[in-house]
Amino acid sequence: MLQLSFSDYETLRTHGEQTYPHECCGVLLGRVVHGVNQVEQIVPAGNTRTDSAHNRYSISPVELIRIQRQARAASLDIVGFYHSHPDHPAQWSKTDLAEAHWLGCSYLITRIAKGKAEDTNSFLLTGTTEEDKRFQDQPIEILINQPA
Amino acid sequence: MTIHIPTPLRTFTAGKESVTAHGSTVAAALETLVTQHPDLRKNLFDPEGKLRSFVNLYLNEDDIRYLPSKEATPVKDSDELTIIPSIAGGR
Repeated sequence: MLQLSFSDYETLRTHGEQTYPHECCGVLLGRVVHGVNQVEQIVPAGNTRTDSAHNRYSISPVELIRIQRQARAASLDIVGFYHSHPDHPAQWSKTDLAEAHWLGCSYLITRIAKGKAEDTNSFLLTGTTEEDKRFQDQPIEILINQPA
Repeated sequence: MTIHIPTPLRTFTAGKESVTAHGSTVAAALETLVTQHPDLRKNLFDPEGKLRSFVNLYLNEDDIRYLPSKEATPVKDSDELTIIPSIAGGR
């Protein structure tokens, strides 16, 4: 399961509306508690795929290292990532799976239809290696009235 | 040197976020790391023994791909190596 506050949920969906018709992306920081990826903080990131931003995203490793250090300083871990699919279903694609390497992390995808955030789904990257990795549907629990 | 381990690979380092691995070069320190934690090897290297293309290595602030000697760059115990798999995708 993935748990996040309503505020963070709204923020990442709004991010996808702001970058439409391009894909947005960002990092979920938190903790893994009894198999639940609990998000404490979300960090919007830049999409480096300016060559094809309408259907691809990539986070620069330099930005990722900065975010990882930020997480470490707050005693948090990277527990997942989010991105948007402009005018495309909120389902993982072959590209999403091929480019996913963070086993145990959640990959959240929001469909942005004509500039408006529609459904958001989460997929847990399971397996032990590149050869047996796969995405599994992951329930999302949105916490209302939780501090952001 | 200190090697920082990303979340998905900590399964193979008993949950440790950082590991000390000695070696005179980046490659030697990595070899020490995978010798200490053998299950890391298949996640970092392909069957031919080459570093997997999606694994980024940063020596302190520098991407080792852009260092003149790349993985043969000499290192000191005070250096920090960060392993960071790439994040990408798209519809």
